[in-house]
Amino acid sequence: MLILFLIAFTSLMILPLIFAVSMSLKPTNELWVFPPTFFAKQPTLKNYRDLFGLMTDSWVPIGRYIFNTFFITIVGTAGHIIIASMAAYPLSKYKFPGSRFIFVMIRTSLMFSGAVIAIPNYLIMNSLNLIDHYSSLILPAFSSTLGLFLMKQFMDQMIPMPLLESAEIDGASEWIKFSRIVMPMVKPAWLTLMIFSVRDLWSTGASPYIYSEKLKTLPYALSQIASGGIARAGVGAAISMLLLLFPLAVFIFSQSNIIETMATSGMKD
Amino acid sequence: MTMKKVKGVSLDNIAWNENSTTNESRITNERITFRQRVSQDVKYQWRMVKKNKSKYIFIAPYVILFFVFTVCPVFISIFLSFTNFNMLEMPKFTGLQNYFRLFMADDIFVKALGNTIMFALITGPCGYMISLVMAWFINELPRAARVIITVLLYAPSLAGGMTPIFKIFFSSDAQGFLNAFLLDWGFITTPIKWLENATYVVPIIIFVVLWGSLGTSFLSFIAGLQGIGKEYYEAAAMDGIKNRWQELWYITLPLMKPQLMFGAVMSITGAFNIGSIITGLAGNPSVDYSAHTIMQHLVDYGTVRFEMGYSSAIATVLFFIMIFLNKAIQKFLNKVGE
Repeated sequence: MLILFLIAFTSLMILPLIFAVSMSLKPTNELWVFPPTFFAKQPTLKNYRDLFGLMTDSWVPIGRYIFNTFFITIVGTAGHIIIASMAAYPLSKYKFPGSRFIFVMIRTSLMFSGAVIAIPNYLIMNSLNLIDHYSSLILPAFSSTLGLFLMKQFMDQMIPMPLLESAEIDGASEWIKFSRIVMPMVKPAWLTLMIFSVRDLWSTGASPYIYSEKLKTLPYALSQIASGGIARAGVGAAISMLLLLFPLAVFIFSQSNIIETMATSGMKD
Repeated sequence: MTMKKVKGVSLDNIAWNENSTTNESRITNERITFRQRVSQDVKYQWRMVKKNKSKYIFIAPYVILFFVFTVCPVFISIFLSFTNFNMLEMPKFTGLQNYFRLFMADDIFVKALGNTIMFALITGPCGYMISLVMAWFINELPRAARVIITVLLYAPSLAGGMTPIFKIFFSSDAQGFLNAFLLDWGFITTPIKWLENATYVVPIIIFVVLWGSLGTSFLSFIAGLQGIGKEYYEAAAMDGIKNRWQELWYITLPLMKPQLMFGAVMSITGAFNIGSIITGLAGNPSVDYSAHTIMQHLVDYGTVRFEMGYSSAIATVLFFIMIFLNKAIQKFLNKVGE
């Protein structure tokens, strides 16, 4: 009974995804068939090939959009993991003036969304001369609060204090303790930060900070193609699939580590 | 709480250390004035700062970015909400005028406020409950099945670019999948404008939002449930827990309270943040402002009309609603299982 419900619910959930896959495999003439079929009758990869053809003739080739998305995702995620774990380590393991205050601020910032501060952020980006530059997308991603929160919670529970103390007696510096002891132990948490950071950065679409066409991202290209209506539906669906594929692969790859990290995600009060 | 205790203890230690050098200081210590106490405290704090220099270096990159891109903007936003600012001239201080205009003169804001609360009240708790119930259901499956279902259920929330697909599905012409299906089966004779009709567009948005709501909190719930040892249930069975519902209420939920809190924070923030899906499906503004939310009002005044002071006031209202609700829900969740 439970199994049946689970199967039914799961299929309902992935139905739109299957719909998108089959749309992306439909040849153009099948898009106009009435009634439209759910599955493609003659599946073809033409849309995926068209995607590159369609955009290579355009002002900015699609390769550039893909590069931009890859670039901000990889740099943003790597930087976020390093910077957030560096900050999480002392916040989790030591008490020093201001540490509690900083963590309370970070936890509070989980409670509102970034859109609330979009306007001042624009002014700040502008005064730092970051407008129309990759770093306007990458730098805020470095300081994503969810990542730091999860990393700190994981370190709280998974790194025994005596281990650090004995390393200190052996003469290890803070950096050695961090890079040789802490970082290898929190590997599951890195992978978790990775999936959340990849999820957010990979879907970065039109940003108010970027106006050069050559710096824009793949989701932006998708929104442009999708505005072409039904005739472009196949190509649009192909881009949706490309957009989903990468984060999904990352998630499947790191799934068990993520669950391990989320076990420590809880809030006390 | 714990921090204060630690501070107190170490303060005493310092007093003791200093006293042990001379006997006279011990006597003066008993009649320590408030000012001395403060200066002692400041000195102690400063010594701690110097002692922990390496820790500050570690947190510096993150904290600087966090202040520049998260903390400062909140205060700038609150400041701008009391001004009239168009990005060209310097902000002009206008007091509470923006707020009066929001609640007294802006009918659309009041409608957007209502819509936002309506969307949040439906998608927040529903998404939260679906996440919890599904996590509970798949908890006892064998590992392989659990992993597969987790991946499949989580996939929608990873699919950021799916709004255009739903737009095709609910398209208003006969090529729209839903319309074509209904036409073909004879339920309707003319295509329905799903996304341009105030009655239909709201449930469709709720459906699409709920579809993507098995996200971060869902993963947290799965992890929380996995972490509860079998021995708890065995002990509970001995103590007379009769059915699975009692088990859920008295054992499972209290033990995963931290995850429930975290999930609630994620759900509330998500529920108030559904602007882009609405704009993607119904446009901004949607028909008759039927699905207009504060988020879209904010975008409208901020990026279309360039009334930055006014839109900062909108953002500030949204900010305080989110913080207030989060605190309230945390109070409520503290009572689970009591």
